[in-house]
This record gives sequence, structure tokens and C-alpha cells, in this order.
Amino acid sequence: MLSARSVTKRYGAVQALGGVSLDLRPGEVVALVGDNGAGKSTLVKVLSGVVTPDEGAVEQDGRPVRLSSPHDARRLGIATVHQDLALCENLDVVANLFLGDERRRWSVLRPIRMERAARDLLASLDVRIPDIRVPVAMLSGGQRQSVAIARALVGEPKVVILDEPTAALGVEQTAQVLQLIRRLRDRGLAVMVISHNLADVRATSDRIVVLRLGRNAGEFRTADSTPEAVVAAITGGVALAGSPGSTGEGKA
Amino acid sequence: MSTLALLRRPLHPRRTGRADVGAWPVVAGLVVIAAVFGSLNDRFLSAENLTNLAMQMAATGTIALGVIMVMLLGEIDLSAGSVSGLSATIMTILAVHRGWPPLAAIAVALAGAALIGLVHGWMFTRLGMPSFVVTLAGLIGWQGLMLYLLGSGGTINLPFDGLLAKLSDTWLSPGVAWPAVVLIVAVRTAYALVNRRLRRAAGLPVASVAGLALRLGGLALALAAVVTVLSADRGVPLLLVIFAALAVVLDLVLQHTVFGRHMYAVGGNAEAARRAGINVTRIRMIAFALASVLAAAGGILAASRLVAVNQSSGGSDTLLMAIAAAVIGGTSLFGGRGRAYAALLGILVIQAITNGMLLLNVNSSVRYMVTAAVLAVAVAVDSLARRGQPR
Repeated sequence: MLSARSVTKRYGAVQALGGVSLDLRPGEVVALVGDNGAGKSTLVKVLSGVVTPDEGAVEQDGRPVRLSSPHDARRLGIATVHQDLALCENLDVVANLFLGDERRRWSVLRPIRMERAARDLLASLDVRIPDIRVPVAMLSGGQRQSVAIARALVGEPKVVILDEPTAALGVEQTAQVLQLIRRLRDRGLAVMVISHNLADVRATSDRIVVLRLGRNAGEFRTADSTPEAVVAAITGGVALAGSPGSTGEGKA
Repeated sequence: MSTLALLRRPLHPRRTGRADVGAWPVVAGLVVIAAVFGSLNDRFLSAENLTNLAMQMAATGTIALGVIMVMLLGEIDLSAGSVSGLSATIMTILAVHRGWPPLAAIAVALAGAALIGLVHGWMFTRLGMPSFVVTLAGLIGWQGLMLYLLGSGGTINLPFDGLLAKLSDTWLSPGVAWPAVVLIVAVRTAYALVNRRLRRAAGLPVASVAGLALRLGGLALALAAVVTVLSADRGVPLLLVIFAALAVVLDLVLQHTVFGRHMYAVGGNAEAARRAGINVTRIRMIAFALASVLAAAGGILAASRLVAVNQSSGGSDTLLMAIAAAVIGGTSLFGGRGRAYAALLGILVIQAITNGMLLLNVNSSVRYMVTAAVLAVAVAVDSLARRGQPR
């Protein structure tokens, strides 16, 4: 289990995060929602080791861990898929999946081993790409997103963080990616999805964590929550079905 | 997986955009060039002239190999010509004026070039200067240093009987060349068969036997044709062997090593490569160093052919021809796309045109215009073939 405990981060006079707490559990999809400037990106950066918090701590299985670089995060089994995917479009799917982590003997690539592993990984995620040896430039947006997510799994992480995975996708491709996110959960991974799209959030997540102005503004069990309550928590307005504090399950 | 996709699959596990059209437009262009010049001048396709052509390719082609290393990263090396001249001059001064053994002189010249490349790489990566400006300064500065070293005389001759001159006057007899051809084809076939078996054992799709046979047959035929023609004159020139071996080794490194994969990654998306944990700065430094070392090697080959260095060594159109060869061969100026073989094909096109025009006694003004047209056509064909694909 990965937890953020009262994490605070300031950029000069701007407080991006003010004592935010969050738990990510194996086999659960947590949606992190909030308006622009709510601190979602900063929290992701803290968890992926890009920025270090001013106060508070990140704990893994109850013990505080040091996250001072993306490398630290990867070593602890935290994989992040950023919104811009960071794929090399001139390389094929296999090469992208293993980029920076190539299977090798001394310095020589082992293409057969990598392609076999790539096919197995994609098949286990039910990602269908007609030819995995074409450059990624020739794939659709949904296929690229799937490749980026699959790539995060190559290092066998425990936690996967997805930043706006469906932002640039069409309806059908969105459905494919949401299905993929459910499969990550079924593999026993702790998944956190950052999203603006509440319909997608309701379709995939088990829990919804709302940030507002850098603070926790409510936490809901998706199945028990109403869209109105979530929107009210995001905007700070008053929901028809009770206030954010009382509707949620509290901090379980 | 459709059979069509299988048929189009090359032997190599990677396929870049260019591979969709492959080298065929360039090969077709070569056939046209051969037909045109062959009909205009009956000496063009003679064994003697084709041997000369092979000799003319080697030096600039080696420089083009270096240019490709930097172009794969999406950068440019304008200093290649000057570095080739400077390195040849350093080697000649050490060998002739200081009486060093030739191999030591060559080693120092190559090491000096590596240092120059590292300086370029350092200015590019650490100081954040654009590679265009860094190497433009190199283009001017290293040529200046060469002229300074040459002094007032301006020309230094190499001894005609030394190893350095011998480099360009050594010819493989048919007794050596033919076994070499057989060995190359045998190794390539064995590799293809073993790779096929391993892929099948791993449950991966394999290339069709027909495609494989066609490819290997084509290789055997091309090598046999080259050896037959060149053996009819003086034999296979060592210069050509050195150049071709460099191209093959570099291509193997680019396609089959982690370093090569990272070169393509940095050229394709440097930020993605950095986030994947690749040391982008290191890759860039190595690429610039390689470019300068290969330029130096080209300069040494040129000096050997001229049996001298002079003030125009590595000057005039050397650099532009090397860049044009890389582009005609299919290297993308935007990085991430191209093969080392591009240098072989590209320089063959350019030198064939130059050679043919010289045979026809055409003024160099026309020669430049025709070369420009071929360069434009080559890039246009490539762009059109990739239309519809992203990027």
C-alpha cells in the first residue's frame, strides 16, 4: 500500500498542496479529480519522485520512503504514465516497451526475447495491435496510450499512476483504455487515474478522491456516490445529496 | 497478422518509415544514371572507370558515414570536411616531417579528431549551443588550423612507397575476393537461418522463405557483380573494402546494440529517451566524436589517394557531397531515421554523376545543377512515399 501523509508543497508564495493525504491499495482503482489548479499534477509529481514535498511523507506499507528522483519511484515499484506518453515514434512497439530497459547480453540486443515478452504482455492485457513491429507513429491514439500503459508494466510495478489517459481519445478508444485500466486492477495493481472526465471516472474507479485548492475535499466510494456530490466537492458548492464531508466514506 | 504484412517484413526486427519503400528508389535512380551515362559515353561502364568510381567513393563516403551518426540524432555536422582535412594534415606532418611510423600517425590523427568531436559535443550538450553553430565554427576554425599547420608551402607530399600511399594502391586479387564473397554470403545465410529457427522456437512470426532467398540471392548477386567487374581491371581496391566494412560494422552497431537503439531513441524523441533513463548527453557526445573520427578516417583515405595533403584537402564541396550522400541514401534530417548503408548508396549516386559528367567533359556548373536536381528528387520521392504517415 502506498500512502501520502499530509503532503505540503509550496512554489514560492503559491501553496500547491496543503496537507493532502491519499491511500492507494492493491487491486483498487482510485480516481483523483479536481478542478484546474487543485493540485492533482503536483501530487502526481510527488508520488513519481519528480518533486519532493516540503512537509509530510510518502509511506509504503507503513514505512516512510525516500522519493527524491523518478528513479527512486521506479525502484519502489511506482510507474507513471504521463499525459504526453513519451514514446519514441520512430521506434516500433517492442523497442518502445523496453526503452531504457532493453534485454541484452553484454551490449547486444536480444530482439527475440524482447518480442516474445512484448507479445505476452500485450496479450495478457488484451491489447490488440496488428503489427507490433511498425513504428509507433503509425498507431492510433488509443493504441499508443495502450503501449504507454503496457510499457509502465515492463518493470513489474506495484503502483501505476495514469495522468489523463483518455484526454485525447475518441469514444471507442476511450472504452478500450478504460477496459485496460480495469485489467490492471484485476492483476492486483494499485492504480491511480487522474481525469477530468467524470463519466470515465465513474466507469472505472472504485474510489474517488477530490482535491480542491490543494486540500482534500472529499472522498467517495464510487458505487455509493452521486455525480452531484462529486461535482459539488470539486467546485466547493453545496450538493443536493448532502455535503462532501458526510457523503463520503471518510478516510477508511 | 496479414500475409501482406509478413511479406513486407524485412530481416531486421526494426522497421523505420523509410523501409516501407526501402532502397529501391535509389537503386532505380542508379540504373537510370548507369543507362544514361553508359549510352552517352562507352567508357562509363568500363571496368577501369567503375574501379575509379569505387576509389572516388571511399573518402567522401566515409565522411558521409560520420555525418549520418549526427543526423540520426536530428543534428548536423558542418565541420566534417574541415576535420577530415585537418586530421589528414596532422597525420602527414607526423609521418613525413617527424618521421613517425604511419600507424602511430594515423592513431594520433584519429584520436585528435575524437577530441575535436568531444569538444563539439560538449559545446552542444553543456553550453546548449545549436549544433549548426558549433559545427559552423568548426568548419571555419579547423580549416584555419589546417592552413596554419600547412604553413607557407601549402602542400606536403606523402612518400610514394610508404604504407600511407599503399593504402590506396592495394588491390584484392580474385583469389582473395571470391572466398571473401562466399564467406560473407555464408555468414549472412547462417545468421538468417539460425534467427528464423530461434524465432519459430519462440513462437514468433517468421519471414517467408521466398523473401529470405530473394534477399540473400540479391546480396550474393550484387557482391559477385562487384567482384567480377573490379577483377576485370586491377582488382577490388582496399579503399572500397575499408569503406564498405565501416558501413557494415556501423550498421550492425546501430541495429543490434543497446547503444544503437539509444541513438535512434534520442533522435526520435530525446525527452522520451531521457525519461526512459537513457543518458542522452553521453549518446550525443559519442555521436559527435564518432562523426569527427569517421571524418578523419575519410580525410586519411583522401590523402592516401592524393598521396599528399594541400590547402584544399577536405575543402570545397567535400562536406556538401557527404551531407547530400547521407540524405539521398535515406537519412532523415529530423533524426531517428536512416541506416549506415545510406552512405554507400548515396555516395554511389553522387560519385556516379560526378564521374559521368567528368567523362563527358561537362562544365562543373552543369554538374552542380544536376547533382542538386538528384538530391531534390531523392528527398521528394522519400517524402511522397511517406505521405499519409504521421511525421
